[in-house]
Amino acid sequence: MSTAISTTEEVHAHGHDHGHDHEHEHHELGFIRKYIFSEDHKTIAKQYLISGILWAFIGGSLSIIFRLQLGFPDMSLEWLRPILGEWIDESGKLDKEFYLALVTMHGTIMVFFVLTAGLSGTFSNFLIPLQIGARDMASGFINMLSYWFFALSSVIMFSSLFIETGPASGGWVIYPPLSALPQAMPGSGLGMTLWLTSMALFIVSQLMGGINYICTIINLRTRGMTFTKMPLTIWSFFFTAVLGLLSFPVLLSAALLLIFDRSFGTSFYLSEIYIQGQALPNMGGSPILYQHLFWFLGHPEVYIVLLPALGMTSEVIATNSRKPIFGYRAMIGSMMGITVLAFIVWAHHMFVTGMNPFLGSVFMFLTLIIAVPSAVKGFNYITTLWKGNIVFTPAMLFSIGLVSLFISGGVTGIILGNSALDINLHDTYFVVAHFHLVMGAASFFGLMAGVYHWFPKMFGRMMNKTAGYIHFWLTFVGVYAVFFPMHYTGIAGFPRRYYSFTALGNDGEAAFTDLNAFISLAAIITFTAQAIFFFNFFYSIFKGKRATQNPWKSNTLEWTTPIVPGHGNWEGEIPAVYRWPYDYSKPGSEADFIPQTIPHSATPESNLPEENDEIAKEKEIESLLAAQNESYNR
Amino acid sequence: MNYLVGLLSVVFFILAITVISKSLKLNKNLSGENESDSALDSHNNTNAVGFLLFWLFGTIAGVWSFLHSQPDFLPEAASAHGVKTDSMFWISMAVVTFAFFITNSLLFFFAFQYRNDKNRKATFYPVNHKLEIIWTIIPAIVMAILVFTGWRTWRDITSQAPSNAVVIEVTGHQFGWYVRYAGNDDSQLGNINYKLIDETNSLGLDFTDKNSFDDFTASELHLPKGVPVLLKIRAQDVLHSVYLPFQRVKMDAVPGMPTKFWFTPTISTDEMRAKLGKKDFNFKLNCTEICGRGHFGMAITVFVDEPADYKKWVMEQKPFLTMNPAYLSKVPENLKAKASKYIPAEPIAADSTATEAVSVK
Repeated sequence: MSTAISTTEEVHAHGHDHGHDHEHEHHELGFIRKYIFSEDHKTIAKQYLISGILWAFIGGSLSIIFRLQLGFPDMSLEWLRPILGEWIDESGKLDKEFYLALVTMHGTIMVFFVLTAGLSGTFSNFLIPLQIGARDMASGFINMLSYWFFALSSVIMFSSLFIETGPASGGWVIYPPLSALPQAMPGSGLGMTLWLTSMALFIVSQLMGGINYICTIINLRTRGMTFTKMPLTIWSFFFTAVLGLLSFPVLLSAALLLIFDRSFGTSFYLSEIYIQGQALPNMGGSPILYQHLFWFLGHPEVYIVLLPALGMTSEVIATNSRKPIFGYRAMIGSMMGITVLAFIVWAHHMFVTGMNPFLGSVFMFLTLIIAVPSAVKGFNYITTLWKGNIVFTPAMLFSIGLVSLFISGGVTGIILGNSALDINLHDTYFVVAHFHLVMGAASFFGLMAGVYHWFPKMFGRMMNKTAGYIHFWLTFVGVYAVFFPMHYTGIAGFPRRYYSFTALGNDGEAAFTDLNAFISLAAIITFTAQAIFFFNFFYSIFKGKRATQNPWKSNTLEWTTPIVPGHGNWEGEIPAVYRWPYDYSKPGSEADFIPQTIPHSATPESNLPEENDEIAKEKEIESLLAAQNESYNR
Repeated sequence: MNYLVGLLSVVFFILAITVISKSLKLNKNLSGENESDSALDSHNNTNAVGFLLFWLFGTIAGVWSFLHSQPDFLPEAASAHGVKTDSMFWISMAVVTFAFFITNSLLFFFAFQYRNDKNRKATFYPVNHKLEIIWTIIPAIVMAILVFTGWRTWRDITSQAPSNAVVIEVTGHQFGWYVRYAGNDDSQLGNINYKLIDETNSLGLDFTDKNSFDDFTASELHLPKGVPVLLKIRAQDVLHSVYLPFQRVKMDAVPGMPTKFWFTPTISTDEMRAKLGKKDFNFKLNCTEICGRGHFGMAITVFVDEPADYKKWVMEQKPFLTMNPAYLSKVPENLKAKASKYIPAEPIAADSTATEAVSVK
């Protein structure tokens, strides 16, 4: 904030109550500052969400195109020519390179643009200030930059879909030398340059977002909101931001070195290459180096995608089971464990890439340790449902779906994390099934749970519940129908990123022709079902039923704001927090929920013995008000 | 498989119909706004039943589809270590399937059992340390056992190849595999240098190394049964990955960094044909690392021969130098005498061994 503004503020502050000082900053902004280059965390969250939804439809439709090829290899795709043009070859089939481009872009878009930006970007921005009791993010300006860097990166990535040589096609992991040599495939030309540029900007955006989330959570919690009173959503966003902040720079370095190799003749990843009748001069580089750098981000990235989904699920399941989340501290502990371990398991993606087998042993041990905190989380969710009084809102359905998918995809991780078993399964459909369930679908379900749950807070209106139920059931059955059978083709040794399976020989592909057709059909139905959500979402923004202040009878702070919170979130004082966020169905209490803002002194009938000590601290919490207001006026 | 399609579409259909009809019924009753203001509505029980149905049909579909797909899984492993990893795989699968089934069943059953009831209150049950310790320790122990057995197998598989191992070199390139044998005289692979690659010498054999003289190349991979084989794996242009699905062998081919994998084939091609009842069955070597447009077609045929047949086949092969006598000029003067023994009196017409196994346009 510039000095000029602070001075005016101080002038205004004279003769005013401190608590209302923030009102002075609130003058009407023009359309551009309010909706486009907005510094308000809620608007930025909505920008992320809508961008994420649009990206999800693009990423999903790419997968439908390549599923057509895999499920119906004899089908003429001539009818796609108006859209894909030259990418449909003379025989009416998908071009083989374009198939790889589709696979690559589907992965890139889904992992980074939908599940990183669309999920964490949306809900970290939206919920952190609202749930910890802050007026906004620590730096609204950096937050705005974060979104616009993401937008710029999106535009570049999107434009790469339309260039003549096609977008990046070397798989979402863009392993060199394939990605480094334009002569290896056309997609490694301009398409790869755009990919790298876009990702570099994306990383900048993530870092600006992440540092903001961390600062906000550490510094801007309202009075009484100690770390052990934070909702699990906030804990998960915190760990996610830490993961991103520490690992994305490594991806940036990997990308930079690749840019050097591609454009400036260095040999970080290139050595002894003979391609297209030409021996390249590069010596001494190592493609394995790139893989280490990539997966040092790549593995934490899995948790960057998943942890926010798990955090939101914790909140939604507790609220709608009308029960406290089981094992609150164990949940924090397991997320902390996952965060730490996430950094030391990366090489399990590289067991058979030529890495030293001894390293493989080490990473196998570390990898299987991470299964323990994950298992604890699963058990805790299930126990939270036990003896609950469950309300199946669409958000709750998606949360239960998430837990199921998280388990189903997670258990096969124990198989793949075992380096001896990974030999046969590496890069087969078994892996595709595993990560789509545990990371793709589970995180997507978390995103959906979040949207259904916090939609009333975002837009002041309700989404149609019935449409939500239909959307859930079609998606839940559909996701299982798509990914569960892939385990079978994986065990049968079908490699991923194959345009066709004919070269497997011995009629290997014939045995699974029906299954592949079934998977494609299920994928098309599931994808189509998302239209229900799409229309429900956009219709409800404008025409949905008006929301009440606390539609899910939830305890957390965001439901104490006005139905449509304005700039600064709370009119008047920011509320103080006196208790943890999970006092649902507390014995002795009349209501089945006690919001965090209710002091223990007001609920003598339901206090647990140790909570009577908390009453003494209430005075202390209240006395922090002046200091808190002071901090906003600095 | 058509049954599965049918079954699942029926599930889709029934669920969709129930939900829609319920919702229509509700909408009729819903003139006021009271009910939809609360999170709870008349669909709550429908959704609870939905989880139970999902569990039921999911279990049926899961079991049925597994049994239906099982005959098409990879057949019995045709290598010594593959038998071990296969049995470990199925044991691990049994363990995780058990965990998967129990936890998912509890999840869906609890969802159904504890659906909202206005007359009931949820049980305030925030923590139980004993329970938490139990379910931290049990997975930890199971995991420890799986890791330990896995680690021992992994250690054996990746140990030094036995000294009697037959050394064969496999080199990946866009889009095919070159196979090179050490030859019949010195059983040593000669040096190669990527800068020496030309149209005929597609591997870049270095003829300043006398070990290269008797090396021969092939467009198929022949392996002796029951004898350890050490694959030395190279790549010329981009990453590739050697995958012998039937032998459960996989190792990336990395430009500039030779890799290796040793194993013992235990079932010959003929035996496998008999076992599977398929006369034209053949083992394959596929590529499993994305390498460009021809990635999916990058395969060669693998023959596992009885040791005597293997020996016979090896003896029949002609060194590269014999096939391409012009390369004698690359041999340094002091080794010319040694090399000339591989040069035939009559020049051989064409080189057929250095061609690509699969070429994909």
